[in-house]
Amino acid sequence: MSSVIVRDVSLNFGAVEVLKSLNLDVAEGEFIVLLGPSGCGKSTLLNCIAGLLDVSEGQIFIKGKNVTWEEPKDRGIGMVFQSYALYPQMTVEGNLSFGLKNAGLPKDEIAKRVARAAEILQIQPLLQRKPAALSGGQRQRVAIGRALVRDVDVFLFDEPLSNLDAKLRSELRVEIKRLHQKLANTMIYVTHDQIEALTLADRIAVMKGGVIQQLDGPQAIYNRPVNRFVAGFIGSPGMNFLDGTVSRDGGPHFLVGDLRIPLDRYEFSAADAAGAAVLGVRPEHVALDEAGAAMPLTQEVVVEIVEPMGSDTLVWTTFGNHNFTFRAPSERTLKLRERITIGFDPARASLFDAATDARL
Amino acid sequence: MADQATISAAGLGAARTSASEAWGPRPRRALSRRNIIIYGTLTVVALYYLLPLYVMIVTSLKGMPEIRMGNIFSPPMEITFEPWVKAWATACTGLNCEGLSRGFWNSVRITIPSVVISILIASVNGYALANWRFRGADIFFTILIVGAFIPYQVMIYPIVIILREMGLYGSLTGLVLVHTVFGMPILTLLFRNYFASVPEELFKAARVDGAGFWAIYFKIMLPMSLPIFVVAVILQITGIWNDFLFGVVYTKPDVYPMTVQLNNIVNSVQGVKEYNVNMAATLLTGLVPLIVYFISGKLFVRGIAAGAVKG
Repeated sequence: MSSVIVRDVSLNFGAVEVLKSLNLDVAEGEFIVLLGPSGCGKSTLLNCIAGLLDVSEGQIFIKGKNVTWEEPKDRGIGMVFQSYALYPQMTVEGNLSFGLKNAGLPKDEIAKRVARAAEILQIQPLLQRKPAALSGGQRQRVAIGRALVRDVDVFLFDEPLSNLDAKLRSELRVEIKRLHQKLANTMIYVTHDQIEALTLADRIAVMKGGVIQQLDGPQAIYNRPVNRFVAGFIGSPGMNFLDGTVSRDGGPHFLVGDLRIPLDRYEFSAADAAGAAVLGVRPEHVALDEAGAAMPLTQEVVVEIVEPMGSDTLVWTTFGNHNFTFRAPSERTLKLRERITIGFDPARASLFDAATDARL
Repeated sequence: MADQATISAAGLGAARTSASEAWGPRPRRALSRRNIIIYGTLTVVALYYLLPLYVMIVTSLKGMPEIRMGNIFSPPMEITFEPWVKAWATACTGLNCEGLSRGFWNSVRITIPSVVISILIASVNGYALANWRFRGADIFFTILIVGAFIPYQVMIYPIVIILREMGLYGSLTGLVLVHTVFGMPILTLLFRNYFASVPEELFKAARVDGAGFWAIYFKIMLPMSLPIFVVAVILQITGIWNDFLFGVVYTKPDVYPMTVQLNNIVNSVQGVKEYNVNMAATLLTGLVPLIVYFISGKLFVRGIAAGAVKG
């Protein structure tokens, strides 16, 4: 059964189309991440689901009920915001119980729910403090607690970790994942951070310009991006793109300058594709030295820039007039201007139409 | 480095002050040329502005014979509070000789309701404009702002007619109404801008938590906006207390505010000009805004500091 259904939802601010006839089906207990650059409409979509924005067209269903015209409080959602949005004049307890008091719940029920949420999030010692006396991570925990106490079906997260420092972010990321495994609620999570998206999501919806570009599991998004935008957005460092042409003479192959890259084992999405195209190669899929020489495609390149990252080293080179980066093991010491052999498997690469950017 | 550490440990003051061995905080001299210029200028300017106040206080404490001697800067030889008593209780304006006391109470009866009502309405206005983008909000706001730029002198006569038609002309209620209306543009702007600076997510969170228009206003927004309320109260109390024009135009002698009565005392032409009584009366009238400034100045700073902590 679907927990949240977004059907043909459009949203216009005057002449600006923020969401364009968007459809999304979220299964019960699923963790969906809306991922995209700023201004892609992901937060807007979340606000529409929450009922904080009225849609221009379309319908929204939560738990099979049409909530398009309902107030946020009646939709069975809890929401966590980027800036925490805790009520500064209330204690943590006051923050947690505010929604329940508005709903007119009896006192003992409120106390019970607050105690339970505080226990799950381990914020019992903080209950009598004001938000100003909490650290960023604690504040965000309280904000999650405020959604938790309301006992809702759907959790909405609007970039909840963006205000935290890197270390805390990875800690809370795991906590959110743990929370999801424990509660098994439906969660819709907005972020521009692909690491958060890949680590948390059951499915990721990559958005751009108010349209969902691809909705799929993290592995599929990473390995088989449907277009060049998704390919370039997911993965850090970004995918290498080589301009060239696809030819079918003597077996499918890709031509970059004089170099001929065979595509026999590449799974074409579009049969008999040919013509100008872009080949995308992930830096992680490039091998070096003997391993590189063993790959179906090998090439000799010159080391231009070396960026040691600890776990591995990012190497910048030039490949057929294109900037080309790859990851090298950190044990391998690379000198500037050193000539090295690299190789990759074209079957793991992605091929895009040069004109439409769609996957070939 | 080791050398420096040894030197400082040995407490060689000479080594620390010489430029080549700069170490620790830069030395600051209290009597630098910069300080002398700044504090000198400030002192002169402050004295210049305090001088009239000094003359007023000194004169109000002198008897008339002493004033006639003409030394306006000299302190009183014999301190007398009689001018103050007279100004408050027995100074004559026209026919009645009750001093400023009646005007004082009139002003209180005008100022308190005007301040309370105008701030209540304006804060709700500002809140609605900032957080609930209702249909026509922009037009409403524009009209309000334009209202702030129209010199109110042009509206005096139309308002006289309006008040007369409403049967409120010459009454305190009428004057309170006028003050409330004229406070609206600037106060609404003040509150709107303040509420607009409150993070929008806070408002959204409250909506998700099921709070409606009034619940958000009273439980979320009001407790966060002490600083702006203090600013509004200062603005309104001083503005309304000091108002002369509306008071003289829209009320009758028995409900004249203090400022109008002060004017009548000071400008009364019969008999001797009692400078000491005039000075005492003026000081009495100015006392309320002065006290408001002194008390709320502290509150104001504290309010801003309390509100500065991000939630």
